[in-house]
Amino acid sequence: MKTFRILAAGLAGLAFAGLAHAAGGAKHPHGPEAGWPFEGVTGQYDKASVQRGYQVYKQVCSSCHGMKLLSYRNLGEPGGPFYDPAYPNPNDNPFVKALAAENEVMNAEPNEAGEYEFRPAMPADRFRSPFPNDAAARAANGGALPPDLSVMVKARHYGADYIYSLMTGYPDFSLYEDLITEENGETIYQTVIDMSKFEKLGSYKPDHGPAYLIQPAGQYYNPYMAGDTTPNFQGDPRHRPPGGFLAMGPQLPDGRVEYTDGTEATTSQMAYDVAQFLAWAAEPKLEARKRTGLGTMVFLLILSTLLWFSYKQIWRKVEH
Amino acid sequence: MSGHESTYKPNSAFERWLDTRLPIIRFANDTMINFPTPKNLNYWYIFGAILAVCLAIQIITGVILAMHYEASVDGAFASVERIMRDVPYGWLLRYIHANGASMFFLAVYIHMFRGLYYGSYKAPREVLWIIGCVIYLLMMATAFLGYMLPWGQMSYHGSNVITGLFGAIPLVGESIQTWLMGGPSIGNQTLQRFFSLHYLLPFMIAGAVVLHVWALHVPGNTNPTGVEVKEVEKDTVPFHPYYTVKDAFGIVIFLIMFAVFVFYAPGVLGHADNYIEANALVTPAHIVPEWYLLPFYAILRAITFDLGPIDAKLLGVIFMFAAIAVLFVLPWLDTSKVKSMRYRPVARQFFFGFVVVCFLLGWCGAANPDDAVIPALQGDPSLVVSYTVEGAPATASYKGGEEAFEQAKAFMASLPAGANPSLSAVPAPTFAFRHLSLILTFLYFGYFVALFFIGLTEKPKALPESIHKSVLKRKSKDTGNAVPAE
Repeated sequence: MKTFRILAAGLAGLAFAGLAHAAGGAKHPHGPEAGWPFEGVTGQYDKASVQRGYQVYKQVCSSCHGMKLLSYRNLGEPGGPFYDPAYPNPNDNPFVKALAAENEVMNAEPNEAGEYEFRPAMPADRFRSPFPNDAAARAANGGALPPDLSVMVKARHYGADYIYSLMTGYPDFSLYEDLITEENGETIYQTVIDMSKFEKLGSYKPDHGPAYLIQPAGQYYNPYMAGDTTPNFQGDPRHRPPGGFLAMGPQLPDGRVEYTDGTEATTSQMAYDVAQFLAWAAEPKLEARKRTGLGTMVFLLILSTLLWFSYKQIWRKVEH
Repeated sequence: MSGHESTYKPNSAFERWLDTRLPIIRFANDTMINFPTPKNLNYWYIFGAILAVCLAIQIITGVILAMHYEASVDGAFASVERIMRDVPYGWLLRYIHANGASMFFLAVYIHMFRGLYYGSYKAPREVLWIIGCVIYLLMMATAFLGYMLPWGQMSYHGSNVITGLFGAIPLVGESIQTWLMGGPSIGNQTLQRFFSLHYLLPFMIAGAVVLHVWALHVPGNTNPTGVEVKEVEKDTVPFHPYYTVKDAFGIVIFLIMFAVFVFYAPGVLGHADNYIEANALVTPAHIVPEWYLLPFYAILRAITFDLGPIDAKLLGVIFMFAAIAVLFVLPWLDTSKVKSMRYRPVARQFFFGFVVVCFLLGWCGAANPDDAVIPALQGDPSLVVSYTVEGAPATASYKGGEEAFEQAKAFMASLPAGANPSLSAVPAPTFAFRHLSLILTFLYFGYFVALFFIGLTEKPKALPESIHKSVLKRKSKDTGNAVPAE
């Protein structure tokens, strides 16, 4: 009977473990080696990293990706990257005001002539959207819609790990080759990656021989992107590479931004910073949540101890 | 128990005045203070009180969330995020409400398994059990409606699956589906009616809970021995303070676990896709319900074959609803007069098997039906060349290592022009989740059939004479065991 119960408990755990769904066919994302500072019971965001992440977002991502759920004031709210205790109201924070004013937004109210004017943004304004609407965004990006990044970290399995892996996971440009073939007398030019040379991936061994992954026009291979590489893979389909294609190419080559705090802008550093910025953007109340949690836990533990002794005291004379 | 004498004595002039007009204080006193409760209830019996707390938490947080929520396809997703960001402690309210649903179901499942184990559904408590089943049905409906409200991808496509189930009913199905959705497809009108009903149903649950407690207080609690109370003096203790303090302790322990989820893992029970705003044109790779509905989802998907005129989809729907409906008739399926599984050696084994089956069904519900249950046992995939020969499709299969690929390539090159060869990897046949689900579905129903026959043939162990004798016997046995063996 005992073993049966242990078995049942084990299966219960197994059933719960089964709830962690893997994204189909993509490589399992990994975080930075040292993990994230916001993990764990007392974990908090690394403010300097979130600030750098905002710089990466502003200078790189924001040319295609909007963050319509965020306002500039959020940057200066408690828990935000530019929070200053001297300015409890972030709308008064001169640094936040300056960050907002770097962006031109369209006034929500018409002027006296009934026209909508552009003006520098204020802290109360939403993050500037790069495109006026989805159709414009698609037209500028080869038909692909750059997703809004406001809650991106919560909208993908493995959250910040996924962002970090995706941004650092692209094959190096040196692996791209031109493949020229002839079919029915026509010359076909294609860009391919020889998967046997993509050693960082580790899943396709060189001894499999050359195996070309054809890059669709305007698309880039990434092993962490959800998708299917089968139709584009010329090698043994049993060893098709994980992942898929996306319209966004590698965006963070070394030195893409020049950090104002002097940190060296390597690909992994920028990916780390922007992933942490997006983690903050998706869960800005994380620090308040963990702080409240600690107090709640202490209260509940004391209460449970008191109730346990009350229970023992009240039941002491009852055989049960 | 309704049989017990009311011991309430009005203390003040006002209480005496009220007692002759509306004896509400007497009622509260008789149900929550002096109610005689078996003295041998174990910790499995605290979940009734925990569920009352869960319902209260859901209603209170829900009412406040509704003050900030906007039920429209354009505003719902953003309004939920506004609650998380700009409403003071909105993140706390929403995380309590979202995780509270899971906690509610966790508690109700333990409560139901406790009822199954100790035979709480048997005479004279059949009505009590059936009202409980009604509450469970209402809970499932409420949870499903609530999951729609954040208007994420899983909300939208999950509702599409569930409303589609009704569409499988012959003749009237499509009309019912249209009526539920308020139109030909899910849209703003669906979201508004789901919000309205999501606000209504919890109060219907609360009403059913009142009936549930009433139906409990007529025959009184069961207890782990399954022997009814014989002498109130010896067998029972007053509910207050004995069970109020014990339930309070259990509730706080439960709240600690609840708080761990809310404060340290608020998203772990949800699905990432629900943070993507609903888009009718993009279907998620895997549509899965919340964990508490997974066993039924597994049963729904387990049926992949037609049965005579009934097609697979309808049959799946029938089985899924039957899995819930069978609980309603359980009091008459179980033929044994002995309530507690403690004294039913055969049925007890079946009960634990049933629990395992339910967990495994949940596991199947979360998995992709075509995936191998044990990937290590699945053989290597084979290479299949599909081509056409004189207009008819043909295939050639290759197995083995690298040489198989070379052979397949060579074969493809040798084919005449116009054969249109294509190469694909076909996974080896294996024992997949859809097979396991089907077996488990039959085991699930098998349990209820088994209870019928076991009750007719099983020889139960000797029951204790009374509750207080069982307590004394256990105490003396415990001290007997404490004597050192050497």
